[in-house]
Amino acid sequence: MADAKPQRLTDIGPPHHDRFMPPIIKKNYGKWKYHEIPRPGVLVHTSDSGDKLYTVRAGSPRLLSTKKIRIFADLATKYCGGHLRFTSRHNVEFLLTDAANIDPLIADLDALGHPVGGTGNSITSIVHTQGWVHCHSAATDASGVVKAVMDDVIDEFKTMELPAKLRIALACCLNMCGAVHCSDIAILGIHKRIPQIDLKTLPKLCEIPNLIASCPTNAIRPTTYEGKPSVEIQEDQCMFCANCFTVCPAMPIADPDTDGVSIWIGGKVSNARSEPMFSKLAIPFIPNNPPRWPEVVEAVRMIVDLWKANANKHERVGEWIERIGWPKFFRMSGIPFEKTHIDDFKHAGLTFKRSAHLTY
Amino acid sequence: MAVDKKYETPMLDQLETGPWPSFVKEIKAAGEENPMANDLIGLLEQSYTERLGHWKHGGIVGVMGYGGGVIGRYSDLPEKYPAVSHFHTIRVNQPAGWYYTADVLHKLCDIWDKHGSGLTNMHGSTGDMVLLGCTTPDLEPVFSELTELGFDLGGSGSDVRTPSCCCGQSRCEWACYDTMGLTHFITQKFQDELHRPAFPYKMKFKMSGCPNDCVASIARSDISIIGTWRDEIQINQEEVRNYSKNGVNIVKEIAVLCPGKCIDWDGNEIKIDDSSCRHCMHCINVMPKGLAPGKDRGAVVLMGAKAPIVEGALLSSVIIPFMKIEEPYDDMEFWEVIEEMWDVWCDNGKARERIGEFIQRVGLGNFLDEVGLEPVAEMVAHPRDNPYIFYEDYLEEEDEDE
Ligand code: SF4
Ligand code: SF4
Ligand code: SF4
Ligand code: SF4
Repeated sequence: MADAKPQRLTDIGPPHHDRFMPPIIKKNYGKWKYHEIPRPGVLVHTSDSGDKLYTVRAGSPRLLSTKKIRIFADLATKYCGGHLRFTSRHNVEFLLTDAANIDPLIADLDALGHPVGGTGNSITSIVHTQGWVHCHSAATDASGVVKAVMDDVIDEFKTMELPAKLRIALACCLNMCGAVHCSDIAILGIHKRIPQIDLKTLPKLCEIPNLIASCPTNAIRPTTYEGKPSVEIQEDQCMFCANCFTVCPAMPIADPDTDGVSIWIGGKVSNARSEPMFSKLAIPFIPNNPPRWPEVVEAVRMIVDLWKANANKHERVGEWIERIGWPKFFRMSGIPFEKTHIDDFKHAGLTFKRSAHLTY
Repeated sequence: MAVDKKYETPMLDQLETGPWPSFVKEIKAAGEENPMANDLIGLLEQSYTERLGHWKHGGIVGVMGYGGGVIGRYSDLPEKYPAVSHFHTIRVNQPAGWYYTADVLHKLCDIWDKHGSGLTNMHGSTGDMVLLGCTTPDLEPVFSELTELGFDLGGSGSDVRTPSCCCGQSRCEWACYDTMGLTHFITQKFQDELHRPAFPYKMKFKMSGCPNDCVASIARSDISIIGTWRDEIQINQEEVRNYSKNGVNIVKEIAVLCPGKCIDWDGNEIKIDDSSCRHCMHCINVMPKGLAPGKDRGAVVLMGAKAPIVEGALLSSVIIPFMKIEEPYDDMEFWEVIEEMWDVWCDNGKARERIGEFIQRVGLGNFLDEVGLEPVAEMVAHPRDNPYIFYEDYLEEEDEDE
C-alpha cells in the first residue's frame, strides 16, 4: 500500500546509553582508578590508562525550560563534544577531556546564573517535588521554598567547608515523591485540617469501601447522606495523611490557613560509617509564608550553622546528633521539645529513651 | 503560538532575585512564546497569593495500549487560565545514568516545543525526564515522535516504575558492578510490567554501584541493588602514607570511625581485618587513591523501602546478602526470584500495599517460605527478642500425613 503509515512503535524502552556517552567514557568504562576534587564543582577521574576526565557540575532548579536545555546543549557542544549528563540531584554535569576548557565553561555557567559546586563536603541541589506548580496534593510549594533556601545557603554549595556532605530534600506532602525521609535536612509539607468531605459529589466520584479501607487509622466511617451511602471522619483519629484524598477527590484536605511545613533532620542513605537512618522531627510546624518562606530559610540556616560549628570531621548531621544525644541538640538549637516530637504511631515504644544515658 | 496576555506577578518576581537559578525565570522564558507556560505563571501567582494549589485530582489519560507514563492533570480554574486547563505530565524514560548528547537534547526540545508547554523537569524523583504540561490531543503525537527518536515512556501507577541508577562504571572507580548496563537490561526486560500496571501498587528498582548508594536505593526503591565486594579491600600503602603526610589523621578520621573497628595504622602501614569489615566505604571514600573495593565484586539485594504512605516509612532490608552480577544478565537466577516474589505479592497483597508493607504484614519468615528463599542471619539486625514464636513442627507433621 502506497499510503501505509509507519507502524506505531511501542515498548521500545529507553535508548541505550552507548548512544550518548563521550568516547573517553566508552574507552575507560569500568577502568577508572581514582578521582580528585581539585576545586569545588570540578571532579577529575583518572583511569588505568592514564586518561583524565574532567567533570564540571552546575546547580539547576530542576524545572527547566527547553530554552535552557538548549543552552546547556550548546555549552556542551562548545566545550566537550556535545556530551553532558544530569545527576540524581538535578545538577547538570559537563564531561570534558581538555582541562583548558574548565575555566571558560565555568565563566559561561556563572554568566548564565548556574553556579558551579555541589561536590565533596558541600550542600548540593535540593531534591524536591512539584508543589503548586503541578500537583493536586501539595501542602506547600516546592520550587519556591527550594529557591529561597538555596539562595541563602549557596556559599555552602560553592565551597567544601562543611564537616561532611549535607543533603537537603523537600516533599510537598506526605506522599513524599522525593522520599525525603532519609535526608540530613528534610522539609516536608503537611496538612493540619481534616478533609472537607464533599458530600454531594462523593457518591459519584468515589468507591466507598475503597475510601474507608484507605485510612490507616480507621478514622473514616460509613454513614448515609440524603439516603445514600456516604462517609464521615472521626476527627480525633485523623492524622492528616491525605491518603483518603489520594483515592477519592471528594475529600479535599488542602487549607491555606493551616497548611505549612515541618522540618526533619539527621537522616542518611549512605552506608559510610553509620547505617542508613531516617530523618527525625525537629520542627513540627512552620506556616506557609510565600514567596520566600523566611522562617523556613532561617530554620535551615540555624541547623546548618549549628552542625557546622559543632560536628567532628566526617560527621553527618544524624551522626553528630547521635553522638551528642537529642536532648543536647534541643538545648543547643533552642527548638522547643513538644508533645508532637514523641512518636505515637506503630512501634513508638522503640523510640522512648530506655536507659540512663543522658546529658545534663 | 503568540502570547497576548501578560500577568502581573509581584510574588513570583521576588523569586527571580537571588543567586540560585530561578524556576520562575524558566517558566517566564518559556512563557514568552508558549501560552501554556504563560498561563502557568498566572495560575502560580494566584497560588502564591492564596497559599493554595489549583490542580485537580488527575484523570485517567494516556497513550494507546499503555496504562502508565502519563499523569492526568487539570486545573480547577479552566476559564481563567484556559491554556493550562489540561496540563498532563509525560514521563520519558531517561537513558541509564542520565547521559545525553547536545543533538538528542535539541531534538527532544523540538518535540516538546511543538506539542507542549516547553517546560520540563530534568529529572523527576524516580528518574524520568518529565515533560510538564501537555493537552490530551497532543499525547499521541508526542509519543510517536518520541519513539521515532528512540525514546519511550516511563512508569506511573501500580506498575514497574522507571528503574534508575548511579553513573557506576561509566565514571566511578567504586562501582562494583555495571549499574547502567543492569538498569538498561531490567528496563528492557520488564517493558510490559512497566507500561501496563498490574501490581497491587508501584514497584521501584534502583541500582547503586557501591554502599555509598548515590541513588538512595535503600530509601527509595522496593528492590535496591547495591554493589559490594567480599574479598579484601585493595591497599596501596604508598598512597596511604601520602594521605597521612598530607594531613589525613588516619587513626582519628578513619580507624576510629570504622564501624567494623577493623583498621590498624601504625604510622607506616594500614592493616584491615577484612573479615570484620562492614563494607561501609568510609575508609575508601577518605583515601580514594590508597584504598579500593576488593576484586570479588557483586551486589547485596535489599527489599521493601518506601515513603510513609500508607503504613509508615520503611528502609529496604537484606534479602540476598551477595550475588554476582555478570553478563549475560538474562541467565541470572535472580529474575526467577523476582517473579516469584511478584506472584506472591500480587496474589496476596492488598490494593495500594507496597511489597515492603506486605512483607511486614505477613512476616519476613513467611514471605521467604512463599518465595522459596532460605532465612539467613544477614537478613536481620538481630534475632527476635520476644518469645511469641509460631513453631511450625506440628503443622509440618500434619502436612506430611496428607
Ligand atoms: S509530594 Fe505530594 S504534593 Fe508533592 S508532588 Fe508528590 S504527591 Fe504531589
Ligand atoms: S487524612 Fe488520613 S487519617 Fe485523616 S481521614 Fe484521611 S486517610 Fe484517614
Ligand atoms: S553509588 Fe558508589 S559506585 Fe555509584 S556513583 Fe556513588 S560512589 Fe560511585
Ligand atoms: S569499609 Fe568501612 S568497615 Fe570496612 S574497613 Fe573501611 S571503614 Fe571499616
